[in-house]
Amino acid sequence: MIPVPGETCQPRSTGVHIRVLSVASVTLDTAGRYPYGLRHTPCETFHTSEAVTLEPAPAHPAPGSVVLALEDVSKSFGAVAALRGARLELRAGEAHALVGENGAGKSTLVKILAGVHGPDSGRVLLDGAPVTLDNPAAARAAGIAVIYQEPTLFPDLSVAENIFMGRQPLTGGRRIDRRELAARCRALFERLGVTLDPDRPARGLSIADQQMIEIAKALSFDARVLVMDEPTAALSGVEVERLFTVARSLRSSGAAVLFISHRFDEVFDLCDRITVMRDGQWVSTDPATDLTVDQVVRRMVGREVASLFPKIDVEPGEVVLEVRGLTRVGVFADVSFDVRAGEIVALAGLVGAGRSEVVRAVFGVDAYDAGSVRVAGSQLRQGSPAAAMAAGLALVPEDRRQQGLVMELSVERNATLTRRWKLARFGLLSARSERATAADWTKRMQVKAGKLSDAVSTLSGGNQQKVVLAKWLSTDPRVLIVDEPTRGIDVGTKAEVHRLLSQLAADGMAVVMVSSELPEVLGMADRVLVMHEGRVVADIPRAQADEDSVMLAATGQAGRPAVAS
Amino acid sequence: MALDSAHPATPAPATPAGQAPAERPSPTSRLRLLGTGDGVITLVLVVFLLVASFAVEGFASTRNTGFLLLDVVVIVLIALPLTLVIVTGEIDLSVASTVGLTSAVMGQLWFAGLPLEAIIPICLLLGGVLGAVNGLLVTRLGLPSLAVTIGTLALYRGLAFVVLGDRAVADFPRSWTTWALSGIGATGIPVVVVPLLVLIVLTGVVLHATPIGRSLYAMGNSEDAARFAGIDVGRTKLWLFVVTGVVAALGGVYWTLRYGSARADNAQGLELQVIAAILLGGVSIFGGSGGLVGVLAGALLLGSLRNALQLVNVPSDVLNIVTGALLIVAVVTPQIAARFRGRRPRGRPRTP
Repeated sequence: MIPVPGETCQPRSTGVHIRVLSVASVTLDTAGRYPYGLRHTPCETFHTSEAVTLEPAPAHPAPGSVVLALEDVSKSFGAVAALRGARLELRAGEAHALVGENGAGKSTLVKILAGVHGPDSGRVLLDGAPVTLDNPAAARAAGIAVIYQEPTLFPDLSVAENIFMGRQPLTGGRRIDRRELAARCRALFERLGVTLDPDRPARGLSIADQQMIEIAKALSFDARVLVMDEPTAALSGVEVERLFTVARSLRSSGAAVLFISHRFDEVFDLCDRITVMRDGQWVSTDPATDLTVDQVVRRMVGREVASLFPKIDVEPGEVVLEVRGLTRVGVFADVSFDVRAGEIVALAGLVGAGRSEVVRAVFGVDAYDAGSVRVAGSQLRQGSPAAAMAAGLALVPEDRRQQGLVMELSVERNATLTRRWKLARFGLLSARSERATAADWTKRMQVKAGKLSDAVSTLSGGNQQKVVLAKWLSTDPRVLIVDEPTRGIDVGTKAEVHRLLSQLAADGMAVVMVSSELPEVLGMADRVLVMHEGRVVADIPRAQADEDSVMLAATGQAGRPAVAS
Repeated sequence: MALDSAHPATPAPATPAGQAPAERPSPTSRLRLLGTGDGVITLVLVVFLLVASFAVEGFASTRNTGFLLLDVVVIVLIALPLTLVIVTGEIDLSVASTVGLTSAVMGQLWFAGLPLEAIIPICLLLGGVLGAVNGLLVTRLGLPSLAVTIGTLALYRGLAFVVLGDRAVADFPRSWTTWALSGIGATGIPVVVVPLLVLIVLTGVVLHATPIGRSLYAMGNSEDAARFAGIDVGRTKLWLFVVTGVVAALGGVYWTLRYGSARADNAQGLELQVIAAILLGGVSIFGGSGGLVGVLAGALLLGSLRNALQLVNVPSDVLNIVTGALLIVAVVTPQIAARFRGRRPRGRPRTP
């Protein structure tokens, strides 16, 4: 059916009111899009590839009124400041992007909006009035809905039950009114243009569908602010389009959409304004049309690389670690690299690029589907950390509290856990030899601990990390893999760790460093391997590595020429 | 080599900024981590023994001491490997059924005419297989040991009745059955206490002074951290289940000889007493803490308490009530104590 000019129609699938202006030929741009970003709207009313000009109906509220604002919000976790005077302003009917490096404080900001964390200082304003979002229910009552990268639904409940959890419509007899439940659910889906069976269990739904359920839930609460924390990370292209269609229609109906993503093409495609954060601080907020990708990248990383990194120049020796074609289906693919003695190789990339997964597979904690790992020429049996240790590998894992240390055990037990067989004589351990080794290594690493018999959980984060390093360095490794070696530790200890790594490399150890901190990567590494979506997309020598080249590769723009910084 | 020079050339001054607010030290963990340091239960045992010696007539007699120890022998024996299992955070509820099934098989084989010298190794092997079934289900299929061993608790007991029905085989050679009951000279202490002591010392050494023991505590506290430290968690647990099966089978053999009777319902409900003794001894049901001295004290306390109650003619139903109540007390007490000491909650919000 061809619409008549002047007619207002509502394509069933989106809920957007569209006024048909003329039935003149529409100018599609080169990508075959309609103007006004309505290109992918499944428009069931008129199947006209030839002849409509579409414009959002005047019902679309003018972007302007500020719905939600954060003012000077600060939040610290222990000694680590995650947010320092952060700001954000969301207007009705806008899609707003929040971008920043890993650790810039985006997730903390989202958690404050979601009522998971309360700010230490600063204000949250809803329609200009201060509100306290001290629990998720308060945030929901304020009309804020958060959709995470991987929604957490109840897998055994039906789709409808998930949406109306705790608010199921009841029959007169106080029983759940299944028919009404399904009907309400269907009504929501119709607004979203989703074709899902309300009665099917949530188990087995794709992540995209699960997100749709979360969005439907948000709609059912009449959410005015929809926060999407990296929603597209696990979606395919078609699914991203569907999500964006829904996001656009929500925006058109006057909601504010906060979109967090590392993918710049999506940010520029969807969003009206872009807020850049760095080191927990607000950097800038500008209309997307006034910005280029390069400008945004520069604002994200635009800090000086501290000259603190005491990288010692080392002539690399022979290849010690050879990784060939390492593949784990769905996680990383065809990862190959060499590390030479005396070299520090950084694995850079965004969170979720598969870096930790690769080093875990190399060390044998995780299995892999294809490829090989060779240490000093001999192939490593897969899936066995013990074999990796025997070959001279050591892994300082990403999560100190879960993987690096047994928190309830003492400092000395932790420090000697990797050497328990070496310290034993005739299979027996003596408390004295354990204590002596632990004392030796805690002294070398300058661990500040009360007593060696104290639980390691009583130490500060930095000292805990030193215990992890002691635990692994005492095994005398050829290859030291460190995963986020300075995450969550204070500046002083950070510098100590960097000096240590540099010294170890100078002494001929091969070091693989996974790090999400760009200054650390650039300051420490002889070579930077950049991973993007499970693949190594760039191998940048120290001389050519800078913020832009690494960041562009990490965001999957490696094909573009690096801009001068 | 590289390590000696790993020490930073210029000793970096310890940064005051490096001292993030230290979490409060938890005195509980220090006490428990000593492993053998659970003095409380030992103290309770000593006090109880003293009180019972005076208050309960006949409790301190040589004869009664012998009976008490005979009753406790199998509990202690099975508690040894089971303590290791519980320290790793797993559990084996099928031990008593393994005793029963072993006993039934032993009776049936004797009935079939095999000599005891051949039967006993077969029984131990059977115990190993039964333990391996538990272990494989837990480690290979990743099933919770609680569920698996509740299943095999019923399964093995059922098999025992299939093997022997409700018959009893009681014509074992006197030389064996008398040995099982005989005492060392006139002390009243059973002879079997001697090999048991050897096993106790062996287990204590393994748990508290070997690399294996260290890895058991590590995996009991954090399986992830243990795996990242190169510990083969699955294989270790599998072997622990196998050993537990073998030792339970040994318990089955001894039980049969001690009572001179092979029956399918031998040792029914014994797992309750064994686990109560272990938990009473300060081993955490969640794994990762506890020591063998406490377990021995726990087993002796439970055994002597039941014994004393029997001497004052308390009916056996009440004994079970006491055992069950003690089990709960053993689990609840550390939690309440921790709450009173204001222990920090496990885990805290992490930085993003």
